[in-house]
Amino acid sequence: MATVTTGKKSCAVNPLKMSQPIGGALAFMGLHGAMPLLHGSQGCTSFGLVLFVRHFKEAIPMQTTAMSEVATVLGGYENVEQAVLNIHKRTKPEIIGICSTGVTETKGDDVEGYIKLIRETHPEVADLPMVYVSTPDFKDAFQDGWEKTVARLVEVLVEAPRNPERRDAARVNVLPGCHLTPGDLDELRTIIEDFGLEPSFLPDLAGSLDGHIPDEFTPTTIGGIGVDEVATMGQAAWTIAIGAQMRRAAEAMEKKAGVPFRLFERLCGLDANDEFLMFLSTISGRPVPLKYRRQRGQLVDAMLDAHFHIGGRKLAIGAEPDLLFDLSSMLHEMGAHVMAAVTTTHSPVLARVETGDVLIGDLEDLERLAREKDCDLLVTHSHGRQAAERLAIPFYRAGMPMFDRLGAGHQLQVGYRGTRDTIFTIANLLIADHEDNHDATPDTWRTDGGHAAAVH
Amino acid sequence: MTSLSATIQDVFNEPGCGKNANKSEAERKKGCTKQLQPGGAAGGCAFDGAKIALQPLTDVAHLVHGPIACEGNSWDNRGARSSGSNLWRTGFTTDINETDVVFGGEKRLFKAIREIIEKYDPPAVFVYQTCVPAMTGDDINAVCKAAKEKFGKPVIPVNSPGFVGPKNLGNKLAGEALLEHVIGTEEPEYTTPYDLNIIGEYNLAGELWQVKPLLDELGIRIFASISGDGRYKDVASSHRAKAAMMVCSKAMINVARKMEERYGIPFFEGSFYGIEDSSDSLREIARLLIERGAPAELMDRTEAVIAREEAKAWAAIAKYKPRFKGKKVLLITGGVKSWSVVAALQEAGLELVGTSVKKSTKEDKERIKELMGQDAHMIEDMTPREMYKMLKDAKADIMLSGGRSQFIALKASMPWLDINQERHHAYMGYVGMVKLVEEIDKALYNPMWEQVRKPAPWDRAGESWQDRAMAQMDAEAAALAADPVAAEAARRAKKICHCKSVSLGAIEDAIAAQGLTTVEGVRLATDASGGCGACAVRVEEILASAAAEPAPIPALQAAE
Repeated sequence: MATVTTGKKSCAVNPLKMSQPIGGALAFMGLHGAMPLLHGSQGCTSFGLVLFVRHFKEAIPMQTTAMSEVATVLGGYENVEQAVLNIHKRTKPEIIGICSTGVTETKGDDVEGYIKLIRETHPEVADLPMVYVSTPDFKDAFQDGWEKTVARLVEVLVEAPRNPERRDAARVNVLPGCHLTPGDLDELRTIIEDFGLEPSFLPDLAGSLDGHIPDEFTPTTIGGIGVDEVATMGQAAWTIAIGAQMRRAAEAMEKKAGVPFRLFERLCGLDANDEFLMFLSTISGRPVPLKYRRQRGQLVDAMLDAHFHIGGRKLAIGAEPDLLFDLSSMLHEMGAHVMAAVTTTHSPVLARVETGDVLIGDLEDLERLAREKDCDLLVTHSHGRQAAERLAIPFYRAGMPMFDRLGAGHQLQVGYRGTRDTIFTIANLLIADHEDNHDATPDTWRTDGGHAAAVH
Repeated sequence: MTSLSATIQDVFNEPGCGKNANKSEAERKKGCTKQLQPGGAAGGCAFDGAKIALQPLTDVAHLVHGPIACEGNSWDNRGARSSGSNLWRTGFTTDINETDVVFGGEKRLFKAIREIIEKYDPPAVFVYQTCVPAMTGDDINAVCKAAKEKFGKPVIPVNSPGFVGPKNLGNKLAGEALLEHVIGTEEPEYTTPYDLNIIGEYNLAGELWQVKPLLDELGIRIFASISGDGRYKDVASSHRAKAAMMVCSKAMINVARKMEERYGIPFFEGSFYGIEDSSDSLREIARLLIERGAPAELMDRTEAVIAREEAKAWAAIAKYKPRFKGKKVLLITGGVKSWSVVAALQEAGLELVGTSVKKSTKEDKERIKELMGQDAHMIEDMTPREMYKMLKDAKADIMLSGGRSQFIALKASMPWLDINQERHHAYMGYVGMVKLVEEIDKALYNPMWEQVRKPAPWDRAGESWQDRAMAQMDAEAAALAADPVAAEAARRAKKICHCKSVSLGAIEDAIAAQGLTTVEGVRLATDASGGCGACAVRVEEILASAAAEPAPIPALQAAE
């Protein structure tokens, strides 16, 4: 269906993309008592930190190896060593997650080797879980950093079950992509538990970045999945991976512990959720609870009510591949036309986006395409605000960062309920836009020029 | 890189910086390059600092040469405001890939500049160097020069890759770029005796516009603003201004001082935060302009405006006095920049119960005692838990701080107000101070506090997480009080120098054993203050108290 092209510009203008080390750091934040550590100059961490604070409106644990110019050239062993020891001493983390950056990858620091040496030299951290992921900034994007980190967590922390024949039938691993919000994870947890299953989420941002009031003062993450629980994920009967980006982690889990997996590329939309609930019903051996039958009815009703407004709309969407695929597919199913689609990195789902071309590019591209194709709905993260203003079309914020509105962590779009609310929110934006900017006037249909405003 | 390190050295030798002038030769060489502690650092890099300082120039294209992290993770995130072009809010980056790392990114950079000029036609392009291309050896000076010749437009290299140091160094390197490549390169259309440069002000939340109407009224022209709401051409011709005001921070002192040196533009360091500071600054502006040839009547008009505005502001603030009676404020900010904020808060009837002295000098500390009395809590480094205890123990009703500590206050259900860079409100000048007081009032009296502080109906008293944390801290304190040896050990274990990880005990022992009397001596013996130098003030205090009492033998000291 869609062809995927990469932009040819030398200068990215208004970036859509964020870097992969902070995608990795965010994944570590879904672990209990974690301290993500970027191996780079202090700015690498501080930019990421500010971004997350502005998005989640929460204190964010994140540290830096504070590489100086000299250390960068000579190699960063001492910086990694000092950072690990300092973090261990000051914050007593249960795990330190280390991501490399462009600075340290250019030199080619052997961080795995460093960690080994640190363990040998310093007995106090010999058994401290430390997981390293290579995430150079000059390659790939945020989503890739998350993907690699979760896969690495599985490879390092999950233990092969002692008795693979006797799995815990009730236990389900859930590997969520980074396009899901803490609110989405809570919704999924409820749904899965309603089938009598016991889900383990890796990573679990719902516990750590859901905006609750903490129950202790701690410099590391609060909530999140514990290292011990991750170790036992190999005993689960099933792994549910959400978003194509999680295939790698799911395969790692299968390889390491023999847990079969089912990948759900989408969880926003009626069909997608029918499939998801039937799967839960099958593996749990329980019928779909009444609650979800009612929610399904509500979603169907929402689709009927909203199709008047969403149908025929020309959508311009900029998002990382999994979010782009999920949201654009749902809106396509509601009758919108996906006219412009811009993303950050390669993914197998891109070819299946319901549009002619998917461009790996930036928000300047998205704005240009939206203008050329006369789009009347813009979906992207908060950085789309300037384009939306210039284009003067309704703007639905989706993805990260969302720094200029509250509630980013609770924006819900999975499940029947999440789909229903997403549809309402978008339809309401379109209704408000129509009232404010496109209501009929005596001149609307005059043909003698001067009033070319589009009519919806 | 050699020219960059020369520039850095030059910046460190800044004679206009009081902090710098107080340092020893060796310390000065190290400059403000805070040796950051891996795993214990926070704050932006030099690139961040350079961008903060220059990005408020509104009509310029700011192009970041580096991997996506440097711009992609951070663009359009500043609170500055523009009265004209919005080009400064457009994110431009070369977003270099592996090929550029291997084969060099100069060609990509050149093409990027061309694309920007063709598409956006800005009066100038600023090119920011970052760590990765600095490592691989991309020569941005050469590329900028070639681009300038090719396209006939100023293309300004800003050499401040992140790994050369912290944010404040970047501020100064940005200033150097302006001095070297921008200031003095164009001529103004006309000049007047009332032309004033404002340096080091970023127009956050539009706060410059709280003061500008007063300047307009007095006929004083903001000739060039470096850089809040600034325009390229104004900065390029700013060498023709009559006088300059350097706002508050030392971030761009090199620009102010070198413009005085090169172009004879006198400057003063002033602030528009607080009522008295605003008045002082207006007077100083008038004085400098008169000195440079403006008619003397300017001062009379200035005094009239000051009298009117002060009366208005104090009257507006007076209304809050009864509402603020008995209300206490905890002020936590990096270095108490603005004493007149303290004065205004006190004038409004608020009591200050504590303030942060982390970045303060000795004089700052004296000033705090003077303003707030001997009992003022002076806070050094604190963990969130300690900060919360401080809020509780000091019985503060509201905390004013930068964004970093907001969650400590908010999650503990304490009123909090942002007084740092990310704030949404403008607090400059007379109207700004009234606004600050208004905001404090809104925060203090929001009826929401009553509900959010109530425990959940199923919780019993004393079982909240805050209560448990406090009980734990009290228990720890009690255990120490009951055990003098442990207490002494804890006292001695306190870190004085964070960079070099030197404890109070180690310093005391060195002083006692070697009879040290100077900070330099302590540094040689223990390495304390050998990093960023910020703890030199504390080492002085330790020296002073060691001199005051004869060195106790350790056993006796423990029994005290």
